[in-house]
Amino acid sequence: MLSMVEKAVVDQKKWIPTDEFWDMIAVVQSLPGVFAVNTALYVGHRVAGTKGAFAAMLGAIIPSITIILLLATIFREYRDQPVVERIFKGIRPCVVALILAPSLRMIKSAKVTWKTAIIPIATVFLIWWCKISPAYVILAAIAGSLIYALIIQRQESKGRKTEDRRQRTVISPKSPVPRQERKEVKP
Amino acid sequence: MIYLQLLWVFVKIGVLGFGGGYAMLSLIQHEVVDHYAWMTSTEFADMVAISQMTPGPISINLATYVGYTAAGFGGSLLASFALCLPSIIMVYLILRLFMSKKNNALMDNTLKGLKPAIAGLIFAAGLSMMNLQNFSDFGRGQYNISVIICVLAFVASYFFKANPILLIVLSGIVGFIVY
Repeated sequence: MLSMVEKAVVDQKKWIPTDEFWDMIAVVQSLPGVFAVNTALYVGHRVAGTKGAFAAMLGAIIPSITIILLLATIFREYRDQPVVERIFKGIRPCVVALILAPSLRMIKSAKVTWKTAIIPIATVFLIWWCKISPAYVILAAIAGSLIYALIIQRQESKGRKTEDRRQRTVISPKSPVPRQERKEVKP
Repeated sequence: MIYLQLLWVFVKIGVLGFGGGYAMLSLIQHEVVDHYAWMTSTEFADMVAISQMTPGPISINLATYVGYTAAGFGGSLLASFALCLPSIIMVYLILRLFMSKKNNALMDNTLKGLKPAIAGLIFAAGLSMMNLQNFSDFGRGQYNISVIICVLAFVASYFFKANPILLIVLSGIVGFIVY
C-alpha cells in the first residue's frame, strides 16, 4: 500500500518531497489506529490543511465501507444457504492459520530470545486462558515498554557522558599520562 | 445506548490499536464477540476472511460490519468513524507539535519493546478462534478435515509466504467439495 501512496503523492502529484514523506511515515506508523487512515490524515493535512485531512480520510475509508456494506447485505441474505455454509466451513480453519502465521513471523522479526519469550507467552496466557481484556494487557505492555525505553535512554546518555569525560582527560594538555597509554587503559 | 456502546468500543480500539490491523483483531474479538456478543465466533471468522479478500484496512471493514449488525446503517458509519477519531486527534497533535528527535527515539524504543507483546496478542486472537464452531468436524468422524486445512494453510503461509487470498479460495473449494 505504501508504495502506491508514495507513487501518487511523491512521484505523480509532487505534493511532498521523498525524504519528508518517509520521515513522516515513520512517525505515523508508530501511532495506534488504522495505518491507512493515519497516512491519509497526514498527507491531506500537509497538502490542504484540515479540510484536506478530512477529505483524504474519507477517501481512505469510503471504498471499504461501501464494499463491506454491500457484501454484508448479500452475506446476511445467503449465509444460511448450504453451499455458502460448506464453503465457509472450509475457510474458517484457514483464517485461523492466516492469523497464527504472521504472529509467529512477527515474533521472529522482533528477535525474541529465550529470555524475552516470556512476553508473548504471558500475553497469550492472559488473553486466551485467563480471558483478560486485551485492552489491559496492551496498557500494561505499553507501561513496561516505556520503562524499558527510559532505562535504555538513561544508559545511553550516561554512556555518552562518561565517554565525554574520558575524551576530555585524554585531550587535556595537563594530563601527565601520554595519549597512547590512556587509550590502552580503556576497557 | 447501542450507539454509545459502539462509539466507546471503537474509540478504545482506535486508541489501543498499536501494530496494525492484525493487532486490533484481538481487541475487536474480545469486545464484539466475548463482551457484547454482537456477532458469533464463526461470523467473526467469516468477516476476517471477507476482509482479507477485499481491499481496504481490515479494521475498518470489521468496524463497518459490526456496526451494521449491531445497529444498521447508522451504526456502521458510527463505528467506522469512532475507529478513526483517535487517529484524527493524534495526527493533528503531532503535526502541530511535531515530535522532537529525543521523543521520537523514546517512542521507537517503546514500540520495539511492545512488538513481542503485539505478536502475542495476534497469536491469542488466532487461538481464541480455534473452537468447535470454527473447526466444525473436530472430534466427529475419523477425518478432521478442518485441522488438516488449518495445518496446511499455516505451513503454506508461514514457510512459503503463500498469498492469503489464494489460500482462502483454495480452502473454500476444499470445504465445498468435502462437506
